[in-house]
Amino acid sequence: MSSTTNSPTHHTSTIGAIGAPSRRNTELALLVFAVVIPVFAYANVGLALDDQVPAGLLSYGLGLGLLAGVAHLAVRKFAPYADPLLLPLATLLNGLGLVCIWRLDQSKLLQSLPNFVTAAPRQLLYTALGIALFVVVLIFLKDHRVLQRYTYISMFSALVLLILPLVPGLGANIYGAKIWINIPGLGSLQPGEFAKIVLAVFFAGYLMVKRDALALASRRFMGLYLPRGRDLGPILVVWAISILILVFETDLGTSLLFFGMFVIMLYVATERTSWIVFGLLMSAAGAVGVASIEPHVKSRVQSWLDPMREYTLSRQGQLGHSEQLQQALWAFGSGGTLGSGWGQGHSDLIRFAANSDFILATFGEELGLAGIMAILLIYGLIVERGVRTALAARDPFGKLLAVGLSGAFALQVFVVAGGVMGLIPLTGMTMPFVAYGGSSVLANWALIGILIRISDTARRPAPTPAGNPDAEMTQVVRPS
Amino acid sequence: MSELTLTVMRLGFLAVLWLFVIVAVQVIRSDLFGTRVTQRGSRREAARPQQAARPQARQQAAPPQQRGQQGGSGRRGRNAPTKLVVTEGTLTGTTVALQGQTITLGRAHDSTIVLDDDYASSRHARIYPDQGGQWIVEDLGSTNGTYLDRSRLTAPTPIPLGAPIRIGKTAIELRK
Repeated sequence: MSSTTNSPTHHTSTIGAIGAPSRRNTELALLVFAVVIPVFAYANVGLALDDQVPAGLLSYGLGLGLLAGVAHLAVRKFAPYADPLLLPLATLLNGLGLVCIWRLDQSKLLQSLPNFVTAAPRQLLYTALGIALFVVVLIFLKDHRVLQRYTYISMFSALVLLILPLVPGLGANIYGAKIWINIPGLGSLQPGEFAKIVLAVFFAGYLMVKRDALALASRRFMGLYLPRGRDLGPILVVWAISILILVFETDLGTSLLFFGMFVIMLYVATERTSWIVFGLLMSAAGAVGVASIEPHVKSRVQSWLDPMREYTLSRQGQLGHSEQLQQALWAFGSGGTLGSGWGQGHSDLIRFAANSDFILATFGEELGLAGIMAILLIYGLIVERGVRTALAARDPFGKLLAVGLSGAFALQVFVVAGGVMGLIPLTGMTMPFVAYGGSSVLANWALIGILIRISDTARRPAPTPAGNPDAEMTQVVRPS
Repeated sequence: MSELTLTVMRLGFLAVLWLFVIVAVQVIRSDLFGTRVTQRGSRREAARPQQAARPQARQQAAPPQQRGQQGGSGRRGRNAPTKLVVTEGTLTGTTVALQGQTITLGRAHDSTIVLDDDYASSRHARIYPDQGGQWIVEDLGSTNGTYLDRSRLTAPTPIPLGAPIRIGKTAIELRK
């Protein structure tokens, strides 16, 4: 049997675990912690709102604990050397999201809205489906390198997923952004969430083959390595596609995620800073260009630049304006450093999408700066574990895939948090794990599943060195 | 519910949330110190101080074992190597089962073990069994040479069990 091993060309050190303890017990302890925190929050919301511990506390705690337990057992069985942090971090975020959604369900103001649905039970169902998908990924994806075979199939299916919302009759235009598809009987789905995983597979497979050409054939100019004209091809194509997404689906988030992930992976594959410079210039040019033409994007940019004006116009009853962003900013502001406490904020004034796109504002108001920092740190830790997995992975495909997935995750958190906090124009994406939405929860659990699979392969101990045959034969003779 | 209880719960929740973050960071910390970093460009003795115990034991034990291998050909059947293990370099931990096939080493993409080593030639060396089943290493005219233990190869040479074959910064051993 001959096995061909390929290894990255440009890194300076390899990192591997010695002895590699499986750390499953650490994971279990953290997981118990990660289930207890949301249960505490749930009790806290009930006490603040109704002066009593909510009736569903036991069933809710058991439900979340059961789901986490199933996921843990699956990891123990199918990925015993996986990273101990990824699963507890994701579980905690998911649990906190459930509590926050349940808390917003209790709001009288939101209940009076015409399109109100009790979102928490649905979100619990989505979480169960998400964890089921996570387990399925662990069972059926025995080796992440299998995905390498589907490089171009991935490209094709990602393009199909991205185009689906534009298909007449299937796509749904919800509040200006065309990123949903309607599945009769099942509800709506955001294919873009799944496209990000499939695209990471394609980019990893493609860049693994092409990176030498992209990295080495370049001229040096003013301290930067300029790529040859023909090597600019791929980045131009990806840029053009992301601009098309922006124009036709009017969704800045997906477009930014798509292009940003490619630039990150290109940089990691080639180690050329010039790609980042090119990427930033191209995305800035594209965003400015489209924002000045496309009316929906233009209005988003205007409400970002002057949310107060937007608020006033909306109060005066003018159509096409929204007070959400200003309300979210006020929610953050009234939260202060330590927050108002669970159940005691007024973030329901955001009204529509308070529990999906704007859920971070509720956290900001009720947990304050201290809470939001902890939550952002937890996201940061997930990304760190992903990048760490990429460092430890031995095969270049696994490295690139792990970087791509964690990069996409980081970009999504940045785009959503930045949008809600007024740093960048608001986009139609959801906060991974926390926000209400089935596609997002399902896709992100699948993403964590793939990262756990790669980290299991990366952290699996190298075959133990064979014992010295002479040493084994040495006999110790003790005088008796 | 009294104002005081809610304030205590509010601050308690933030404390618990941060405690989780700190515990998670502690887990990462223990993970950091449980790893070894193999620096390229530094000598291997300097690069792995923590790991000293295991390799030293192996190095000390190696010479008598090699003498035993070269001396007694009758023991070959029992001590026949079954796999080839990369022990140093970027591919550390890679193993290839020995099943009578020729193993090529080099930077070329069709090599059995594709070396990612600045000092390796594209077709650097090959390892093959002779008629008697003894594994032989042969340098294929590489630029920087192939070393068996400490000596540079000039002709096809039998490989003793456990002796390192060095190509640039990569070391390969045959093991049972």
